[in-house]
Amino acid sequence: MAATTLTYRDALREALREALIADQRVLLMGEDVGSYGGTYAVSKGLLEEFGPNRIRDTPLSELGFVGAGIGAALGGLRPIVEVMTVNFSLLALDPIVNTAAMLRHMSGGQFSVPVVIRMATGAGRQLAAQHSNSFEGWYAHVPGLRVLAPATVEDARGMLGPALADPDPVLMFEHAQLYNLEAELPKGGFPAVDIQSASVRRTGTDVSLITYGGCLAKVLMAAEELESQGISAEVIDLRVLRPLDDATIMTSVRKCRRAVVVDEAWRSGSLAAEVMARIMEQAFFDLDAPLARVCSEEVPIPYAKHLEEAALPQTPKIVAAVLTLMGKSP
Amino acid sequence: MTDLNVPAPPSGPVPWDKAFSRIVLSDMLRIRRMEEKAAELYGEQKIRGFLHLYIGEEAVATGALRALQMEDNIVATYREHGHALLSGVSMNAIMAEMFGKQQGCSGGRGGSMHLFDRATRFYGGNAIVGGGLPLAAGLALADKMTGRQALTACFFGEGAVAEGAFHEAMNLATLWALPVLYCCENNLYAMGTALARAESQTDLCVKAASYGMPTLRVDGMDVVEVHDTVQRAAQHVRAGEGPMFVELQTYRFRAHSMFDPDLYRHKEEIEAWKTRGPLHTFSARLKAQSHLTEEEFLALDAQAQAEVDAAVAFAEAGTWESTDTLLRDVHTPPETA
Repeated sequence: MAATTLTYRDALREALREALIADQRVLLMGEDVGSYGGTYAVSKGLLEEFGPNRIRDTPLSELGFVGAGIGAALGGLRPIVEVMTVNFSLLALDPIVNTAAMLRHMSGGQFSVPVVIRMATGAGRQLAAQHSNSFEGWYAHVPGLRVLAPATVEDARGMLGPALADPDPVLMFEHAQLYNLEAELPKGGFPAVDIQSASVRRTGTDVSLITYGGCLAKVLMAAEELESQGISAEVIDLRVLRPLDDATIMTSVRKCRRAVVVDEAWRSGSLAAEVMARIMEQAFFDLDAPLARVCSEEVPIPYAKHLEEAALPQTPKIVAAVLTLMGKSP
Repeated sequence: MTDLNVPAPPSGPVPWDKAFSRIVLSDMLRIRRMEEKAAELYGEQKIRGFLHLYIGEEAVATGALRALQMEDNIVATYREHGHALLSGVSMNAIMAEMFGKQQGCSGGRGGSMHLFDRATRFYGGNAIVGGGLPLAAGLALADKMTGRQALTACFFGEGAVAEGAFHEAMNLATLWALPVLYCCENNLYAMGTALARAESQTDLCVKAASYGMPTLRVDGMDVVEVHDTVQRAAQHVRAGEGPMFVELQTYRFRAHSMFDPDLYRHKEEIEAWKTRGPLHTFSARLKAQSHLTEEEFLALDAQAQAEVDAAVAFAEAGTWESTDTLLRDVHTPPETA
C-alpha cells in the first residue's frame, strides 16, 4: 500500500472523515468545529463535506453541549464531542462524570452512553495557567470512562474507530504540542489501534520509562541520551490511561528492575503516583532501586518561556532521574 | 389566606368523560398511596438513603404524562416516583428499587433517586439539579436527526433555573429547534430556599422566553388544566416547531426529603395549600357533576392500596444481589457490546 506523510492533525481528520462516512449516526459537535474548521484545524473542510447537521457548531457552553452530546448518544446517535481544551472541560465535568460515566451502573446496565469526547491537553506553548492544564489523570480516576491519550500519528489515526465502537463513554486527550507531528502512514484505510493496551515504544533492559501523550517524545529523546551513556532504557507509552494496562507495565518493570514514570500533570495525586503504587503492589520484589517520577512542578503553569520550561518535565530532568536511580551522579 | 397568596382551589366541572376522569383520579391515587407507604417504610428503615416525596404534586405528573405518548422519552429528577409509575414502570419494580433489591427497575444500583427503565423510555432519575436538561436536548436531537416521531419531556424543579445547565439547554434547544418539552415543576422552594431568596427574576417564563422559546404557565394543582396545557404544548413540539417551556405551579405537602425538618415555611402556608390538594379537589369536582360516587372513589382507592400492598410484598420477597456482581455494569461487557 502506498504511504503518505500525515500530521497528527491530518490523521485525526482522516479518522473523523472515515467515521462520518462509515456510519450515518456519527456527528461531530463542538466549539468552532464547523465554519472555523476547528481551533486546531482538525475538522477543516468537514463542514463543506458533511454539512451543518453532522458538523455542528455549538455555543461556548461546555456543560450544555457536552450534556446534549451525551443525551444524543443515549438516543441512538454516535456523537464525537470536541471540547476545545481540557481546561474548558471542567465546565462539563458534571455531565461527563455524573451522567456519562455513571448512567450505565445506576440504571442497572440498561443505558450505555456511546459518546466520544475529544479535547486538547497539555502545556508548552506559552498559553499561561488557564490554557496549559493536564487533567487527563483526573478523568482516569473515574470508573465508567475509558481514557485515551494518542501520542503518535498512528494512534491519532487509529483510535477513533474503536473509541466509537465502544458502547461506553471514551475520552481522547490530544496533546496540543502534537498536532504538527508527522509520520508516514499507509494511504486510505488504516488498521484500528488497540485501545486496551499500552505500547512498548522502545525496548531496553536497564530501566523502564513509563509515560504517555505529549511526554513520549521527550522520553524517547532521554532514552537516546541514556543509550549514549551506556544505559538501555525501555519506553512504555501507556496510551490507555483508564483502564491501565498493568501487564505491560509489570512485564517491563520485572525485566528492567527499575522504573521512572514521566507525567506532565502535577506531581501530587498524579497518574504517575497511581502507576508507582501499582508497581509497588505488584512488582516490589523485582525492583533494584526505588521508583522515581518526573512530573510538573506544583505551580500553575507560568507564561514566560523559561519559567514554563522549568515547570514541565524535560529530557534533561528525565535523564537526571534515571542516572540518580542507577547510582550515577548526573 | 390572602396573606399567604394562595389561589382559590381548582373548581368547576371537569370537561372529560367518566372513564378518563377515573383513570386520572386513579393515577393520582396510585402515586399518593405508593409514596405514603414509602414514607412509612422509610420510618421502618426498609427504604434508606434520600427519599423525596411528590405528595401534593400528583396533578403535575398525572396531567402531563396522560397528555404524552408511549414513544416519548421521559427525563425526570430525583423526585420521580410518580413520573416513573405513570411512564409505565411497574410499581413492583419501583418499590423493589427503593428497597435496593435486584428486582428493582435499576437492579438495586439506583434507589429512589435513580429509577430507570429502557422499555418505557424512562431516562431517570437524575439527582443533579438541572442535569437532565441538556440530556433531554440531546435525546431530542437524536430523535430529530434519525427522524423518530417522538418528543422528549423533561421534568425539573424551579431550583434548576438558577443552574447554568438550564440556560445552556434552553439556548441549544431553541437554536436547534429540538422536539423537547421542558416541564418546570415550580413548587416554590428549591430544597429550603424560596424562589425570591435565590432569583433576581422570579418569572420563570420570562427566563425561558428570553431564549425565544414559547412558554405556558398553568395551575399545577388542577390536573385538568395541566393535562390540557401539556397537550397543547406537546402538539406544538410534535408539529416540528421546536421546544416549549411549561411552568407548572405546584406545592409539595411534605418536606424536601426525609432529612429535611421543613423549618423554612409556616405550617399555615402548608395548610392553606392543602385546600388546593389535587386529589380531593379533583374528586370533589367529579362528585359534584355525578362523574363519581363516594363508593367509586373508595373502590379506586382500594385498588391503589392493593397495588401498593402487592408491590411491598414483591419488594420484601425480592433478593439481595450477590456482592460478586458489585463491579457489573461499570462498562458494557464485551459479549454484549
